Amino acid sequence: MSRVAREIASIAVLSALVALAAADARAQSIHGLPTEGRGSDTKVNTRVGRPSVGKQEYTRYCAGCHGDRGDGMGENTQWIDPKPRDFTQAVFKCRSTPSGTLPTDQDIINTMRRGIVYSNMPQWRPLPDQMQADLLSYIKTFSPRWKTEKAGTPVAIPAETPVTTESILAGRAMFQKFECWKCHGTEGRGDGPSASGLTDSKDQPIHPYDFTTGTRFKCGTTNADLYRIFMTGMDGTPMASFADNIKGDQGWDLVHYLRTLQPVRTPEATLWKTWLATHAGELKPIGPETGGR
Amino acid sequence: MKLTKHAHRTRWLLACALVAGASVAVALPAAATVVRGSDSTVSTGRPTASSQNLEDTYRTYLASIQDEKHAGTASYATKRVKLIPAFARKYGLRCSACHTAWPELNSFGQQFRDNGYQLRNERDSPIAQNNAYIPITVRVTPQFHVERATKQLVDATPGDAKSGQAERTLTSHGFDLSGMDLWTAGTLWKNVSFVALLSSDNFASFHFEAVNLRFDNMGDNPWLNLKVGKFELDNMISEKRFLFLSDNGGSYATYHFSAPGSSVDFGIGDNQLGAELSGHSLNSFTRYSAAILSSNDGDPGSNNFSSYDANLNFSQAFDAGKMGIERLGVYAYIGQRPTSFQTADGADVPGTGSNRKTFYRAGFAGDFFLHKLEFLPYYLHGNDNAFLASSTPSNSPLLDGARDASWNGGFLETHYHLNPQIVFTQRVEAIRMSQQAFPDMPSTLGNIDAYSFGTRWYPFMFSRAGLAVHGEYSLVKTVSPGQLPSEGSTVNIWTSSLLFALDFDF
Repeated sequence: MSRVAREIASIAVLSALVALAAADARAQSIHGLPTEGRGSDTKVNTRVGRPSVGKQEYTRYCAGCHGDRGDGMGENTQWIDPKPRDFTQAVFKCRSTPSGTLPTDQDIINTMRRGIVYSNMPQWRPLPDQMQADLLSYIKTFSPRWKTEKAGTPVAIPAETPVTTESILAGRAMFQKFECWKCHGTEGRGDGPSASGLTDSKDQPIHPYDFTTGTRFKCGTTNADLYRIFMTGMDGTPMASFADNIKGDQGWDLVHYLRTLQPVRTPEATLWKTWLATHAGELKPIGPETGGR
Repeated sequence: MKLTKHAHRTRWLLACALVAGASVAVALPAAATVVRGSDSTVSTGRPTASSQNLEDTYRTYLASIQDEKHAGTASYATKRVKLIPAFARKYGLRCSACHTAWPELNSFGQQFRDNGYQLRNERDSPIAQNNAYIPITVRVTPQFHVERATKQLVDATPGDAKSGQAERTLTSHGFDLSGMDLWTAGTLWKNVSFVALLSSDNFASFHFEAVNLRFDNMGDNPWLNLKVGKFELDNMISEKRFLFLSDNGGSYATYHFSAPGSSVDFGIGDNQLGAELSGHSLNSFTRYSAAILSSNDGDPGSNNFSSYDANLNFSQAFDAGKMGIERLGVYAYIGQRPTSFQTADGADVPGTGSNRKTFYRAGFAGDFFLHKLEFLPYYLHGNDNAFLASSTPSNSPLLDGARDASWNGGFLETHYHLNPQIVFTQRVEAIRMSQQAFPDMPSTLGNIDAYSFGTRWYPFMFSRAGLAVHGEYSLVKTVSPGQLPSEGSTVNIWTSSLLFALDFDF
């Protein structure tokens, strides 16, 4: 191989190594969790949308599922489970705002970028920011709510408490107390006694989240994302807001417990596994007629 | 070493024959169907120590022109292009979600492809699909086309082989079929993807255009993906996914050019056999790939085993606000070819090539959007070692004056996306020899100028199948060796295609 060829090859290999090192550094930020969604919510889109432009892009990317009229009745809807969002109702699962209020623009942008796992909603992360803003502005033309209401005020998320055995145990008790198991199952498998009969706000069957197979949540990947879901609920689904029931640090306890159910290596799972090795017999099973521990 | 007069003449004849072969392959696609390899590679022949009489080579070339293998009677043998409604069916997305105008990928389609044809919504594995779902797609293109070629050698008196030769402009037209793509691709499991693409000519003679297995996101890291098999090089501007179909416009001349007289059989647009390590950022704005490839131009079972090439690509995209996404990339292909073989009964023994010499192709590519206007500039610099350029075995001394052959080529392609269902296209392309293998060869020999324009209209847009009504005109000028005594050392051959096609994919 000639000298020029060797130099080109060397530069390329070095570039690749630098890129991989950078990627690895990012990957270590949330150990054991998949790369999708990481940081996707941190980029704020401040561009001004243009509905007329957004209409064409909506036809290109969205209408097949969400329908030309935004009513969630695209040509693919009949084959899709769960059904696509009906924009004419302006009811959104993933929000930072209280239940019943409109989401912020950034909430919808985040959903576009993040996609929704276990659904046909892909991650539209490669679309330019301006296009995302254009799409958002067009989506907001489907419901009059956007003209008469303002987005809710994002719920406050307190600083996360330390991950401790006590916190996990407290979260487990809450899982029992608030009857999360009725839908999500006693082991978080999404197979609780109520699971089979759940429907969404359009009377379409809907499945509870299975923590034991999911590495990402519907509305994010981080602990803060999970905390936010408790507080905002997922409008249009049976997942209610627990903002009135869960106070302050209690939410983090539940987060820490749910993290132990996931099939990924998290600090919570590691700690829990160690504790269970010597204390498993002290736990009461989750489910009806028990009180957890 | 002092060249004899005979050596000069035979060397010139060989150069003429080979450049003519290469030129015809580019400019006269009908002939290209004869000289191209299984994946439409322009093949000028592997270096042989000396086995063929050079003058016979030249006569063979002349005969090929007279044998009605010219553009005027060309059959449609376009570069097959890729789009997969099977994925649209799997995920319920319209073609336009992944394609600016199918088959060209947009930024989302690029990410989808980089992820191993996965959306990564935890529904990629086959187990998440209905049992009845089989990811197969078929593409064929019924068409009407007009082909025209100037300065074609024919008998001066039709039917009288002894009447001498004359040059005529030949024109033909009629209804025709393209070849067919039969493609299956998808996932075997989460993060294990596959492609099996069988392509045929218009006589339904199939070959393996692409067959590969890819391990995606290894270690849950998008920067690590490994693909093994036969695949398209990671060209930023994909010839397999472009918007031209005609005989003359249906391939990038720059991607398949061979220097006059060179024995290098490589085309950067040809699918290759090997292994590729690649990676990308989460949004695929940053991409790299590094591949090691068998030195056989992707031709399974061919002679040039036991030798390897390397291909490197890097590209970076930028969000340019209202303009769109702009991408710029660089690439380099460093290859080698044996210049001699062990022989048995005078015939080369496969896989025993030795005395390898290098060649390289390097350059840059861009994909720039100005709202609905898309520009695709491409530049390539090519260089063949003197032994390869002059088809000389490296265990023999070079002929006097023999040197590296080098050239520059490139194109500027433009798309205007009026809306997701109508696109207008044009492309201007040029190749210029900067150094011939021998100083006394005409400096312009092998040069190519090409121009194409067209439009595609997609009457409907949904997630099950695709149809494009395609119109295109292409014109190519090739500087070829003079064919008649009355001509100079070179002659310009003009070929053109006019195509109307119904391009469908299900």
